[in-house]
Amino acid sequence: MSMIEIRGLRKEFGELSILRGIDLKVAKGEVLAVIGPSGSGKTTLLRCLNCLEAPSGGQIRVGNIEVNGDILLARQKVKVRQLRQHVGFVFQNFNLFPHRTAIENVIEGPVVVKKEPKAQARARGLELLAKVGLADKADSYPSRLSGGQQQRVAIARALAMQPSVVLFDEPTSALDPELVGEVLSTIRALADENSTMIIVTHEMAFARDVADRVLFMDGGQIIEQGPAAELFSAPQEDRTRRFLSKILAR
Amino acid sequence: MNFHLDLIIESAPFLLKGAGYTIELSVGGMVFGLILGLAVALMRLSHIPVLRGLARAYVSFIRGTPLLVQLFIIYYGLAEVGLMLDPVPSALIGFSLNVGGYTAEILRAAISSVERGQSEAAASIGMTSFQAMVRVILPQAARVALPPLSNTFISLVKDTSLAATIQVPELFREAQLITARTFQIFTMYLSAAAIYWLLSVGMAWAQQRLERQASRHVREH
Repeated sequence: MSMIEIRGLRKEFGELSILRGIDLKVAKGEVLAVIGPSGSGKTTLLRCLNCLEAPSGGQIRVGNIEVNGDILLARQKVKVRQLRQHVGFVFQNFNLFPHRTAIENVIEGPVVVKKEPKAQARARGLELLAKVGLADKADSYPSRLSGGQQQRVAIARALAMQPSVVLFDEPTSALDPELVGEVLSTIRALADENSTMIIVTHEMAFARDVADRVLFMDGGQIIEQGPAAELFSAPQEDRTRRFLSKILAR
Repeated sequence: MNFHLDLIIESAPFLLKGAGYTIELSVGGMVFGLILGLAVALMRLSHIPVLRGLARAYVSFIRGTPLLVQLFIIYYGLAEVGLMLDPVPSALIGFSLNVGGYTAEILRAAISSVERGQSEAAASIGMTSFQAMVRVILPQAARVALPPLSNTFISLVKDTSLAATIQVPELFREAQLITARTFQIFTMYLSAAAIYWLLSVGMAWAQQRLERQASRHVREH
């Protein structure tokens, strides 16, 4: 059974259709990169997967937790929270809690949501910070960290919940160019550990390098998908070709 | 104009007793007012139109009518319809309701000022909206709200003198009573003013400490 299954996912804002019936399966351990022009719906797709955006219709399943997009999220709150505990989310703008130190950010979920003993959560949290290369910043507040460091803490915070899936929403878009590398290599390390991940990104080289599969979206639909090497070297669809040539020419 | 040190010393116990009421009413009014204000702020931010409407009407009434009139309604007005309250409880209720109206707006603005991404981040790790409010939103809102809340508090300390008009033996009332007996107007009111001032200076100092505490995560310049 696939780790993630999306069926007929739709999202509308009033008259505007953002997602027009998305069907998607992601296998356990698979790294999926989602690319496409801005406004294509890729971020909305990711946000719907974590119910940060309420779907207008369709089904979402992660592991064995199913959320029904045809009924209000408010009517399935418990399911939504369960789903979120299994789905880590890394935001474009990090969204660290500014009033908490790096380690406090990391253990907030385990301690508050999962009621894990603080000492145990802290030990695990320090390991995670070490893993993202920030063991020495455990007691720093986010305002004292660079963008790249903040994003790595945010990744550790997502991992602390021991999620089955991690979603990355343009994780390097808000970073200064010289800080992009450290975040990408952190994500790459996760990919090497067989984590299931979906990465919305504009870093084509990174997508080609790390992703098992690349998915091209435009106009709220999946236009084309396939193994990274194939999609980049021999795109089948016209729209994919145009997008890639525009991006790669930069 | 005479300034009588002996009179000050003689009346000090009365003034200090009055100041006790002043502090009691200020702290009590602020604590209950803050609780009420938070509730009203959350009502104003709720998705339920009726709650929003009620909250708005409440804030509008409190801010749109004089505190003195509000105190008279509670102490004299309610007595007329059979609800007799003693002066101190009347004043405490009046100040709490009043502070509730003002702090509701301060807290609403402060809560709204916290970036949307913060509640999303809280939700993304599986927090309930209550957990997110208590652990993520309110601590950040508090930092924004502290200076205006302190203003409200310092105003309240001075506004408690209005309770003199509904028979509460607080600081100003005590000064009035002694003045009526001794006719040393300048001495007595200046003494009362000095005590109010001291209280305010104390508050301002406490505010600074609280603010520093609440901002310790922000990079110092």
